[in-house]
Amino acid sequence: MKLVIINYGSGNLHSVHKAFEAVNNNLENPYEIVVTNTPSEILNADKLVLPGVGAFQDCKNAIHKIDGLFESLEQVVIGEKKAFMGICVGMQLLAEKSLEFGECEGFGWIPGEVIKIEAPADYKIPHMGWNEVTFSNHELLNNISQNTDFYFVHSYYFRTQKNENCIATTKYPNPITAAVLKENIFGTQFHPEKSHNNGKQIITNFLEWEPS
Amino acid sequence: MLKKRIIPCLDVDRGRVVKGVNFVDLIDAGDPVEQAKIYNSEGADELCFLDITASSDDRETLFEVVKKTAENCFIPLTVGGGVRTIDDISRLLHHGADKVSINTAAVENIDLVAKAAKKYGSSTIVIAVDAKKNGDKSWNIFTHGGRNPTDIDALEYCIEVANLGAGEILLTSMDRDGTKIGFDNELLSTVSSSIDIPVIASGGVGNLEHFVEGVLKGGASALLAASIFHFGEYSIKDVKTYLAEQNIAVRI
Repeated sequence: MKLVIINYGSGNLHSVHKAFEAVNNNLENPYEIVVTNTPSEILNADKLVLPGVGAFQDCKNAIHKIDGLFESLEQVVIGEKKAFMGICVGMQLLAEKSLEFGECEGFGWIPGEVIKIEAPADYKIPHMGWNEVTFSNHELLNNISQNTDFYFVHSYYFRTQKNENCIATTKYPNPITAAVLKENIFGTQFHPEKSHNNGKQIITNFLEWEPS
Repeated sequence: MLKKRIIPCLDVDRGRVVKGVNFVDLIDAGDPVEQAKIYNSEGADELCFLDITASSDDRETLFEVVKKTAENCFIPLTVGGGVRTIDDISRLLHHGADKVSINTAAVENIDLVAKAAKKYGSSTIVIAVDAKKNGDKSWNIFTHGGRNPTDIDALEYCIEVANLGAGEILLTSMDRDGTKIGFDNELLSTVSSSIDIPVIASGGVGNLEHFVEGVLKGGASALLAASIFHFGEYSIKDVKTYLAEQNIAVRI
């Protein structure tokens, strides 16, 4: 089985790669982990991970700059329904659009939009640090306790159009989407690769996940 | 609720910890990777490396340290010291740093802040500010590791870099650094109440109560400490337990 981590120059690529490797090494049947932006490799993936930090538009442009990258992703994730995980901006890109630095279209794989966090004046933006996550039951959140802390760094969040696509939230102090899910497409606003043992558990769950 | 972060900081010279923790069980107490692992398992919320290597020829060792730390510690790692160019930032991130802290280079070339934030995202860019009191509610910043004075007002500078896209301010009081008499909470609260981005308190912490004051009086989002952890006076857990007892939200 092949797990592809998409390399389009994202700043957290190395951290994501190392965290997935650390978890993968403990699996009974480890994946072959490939970090790449080559469409032919992506088309052969069994699972995909899209990291992302920085501005929405910059990430989107960086993906579209690589010939055939988005098309191959779309074929594997939408066409062939392979398990996909987006992290931070890699998750926000799933939305129809983002309002960060003007309006910018996303992949449109999950209905909703990415908007600025609205918080009282004494709340710092970005929302940065460890915050508690509550979630609905799903195998992707197996072996995680309610109100467990995960590491967040963001100023915008994904407001899903449908409640069913938001499977985890945090509070700052208003509810903020912490994880999204639609069929084979999973995404976390927090950084599992930086969330210590709880983050590793999320990665384990994703590696063991077989979306029906 | 968002937790207040406790961040141990290690001074690294030519790939070795300068002021180290007296951990008995360590095979190699001068190895920053080994110390980082301990902080990681003790519940540190982030780690910070400050590279104080004088010669740029010896700087390569830092990248190896960052790489190994990132392979072993799955919490955010900030690396600073001698970061001067976009290329420096890029190399550190490529080796596994999650955030890069910039001090002197940002003062000398303020455009670097905007450029770095645009290229790597605000959350990646920490601006380190060394401030020294020069009057009532007034502080000036120093560069080059606190050696060179400037006539730049610390508050105005922090507001400017926040507007340019800095993700966080690492605010060190030079008056307090090494004194163990507590953070300069007046400096902290003056800055943190004037900007939207988080402020990390640094310089002067000497006991558990000082951490509490940094949050309640200083308004800090995170608390950085070096020697208090290194000399084994308190563990990360001691600090967090105490903060929790004072009803300050921490990750336990």
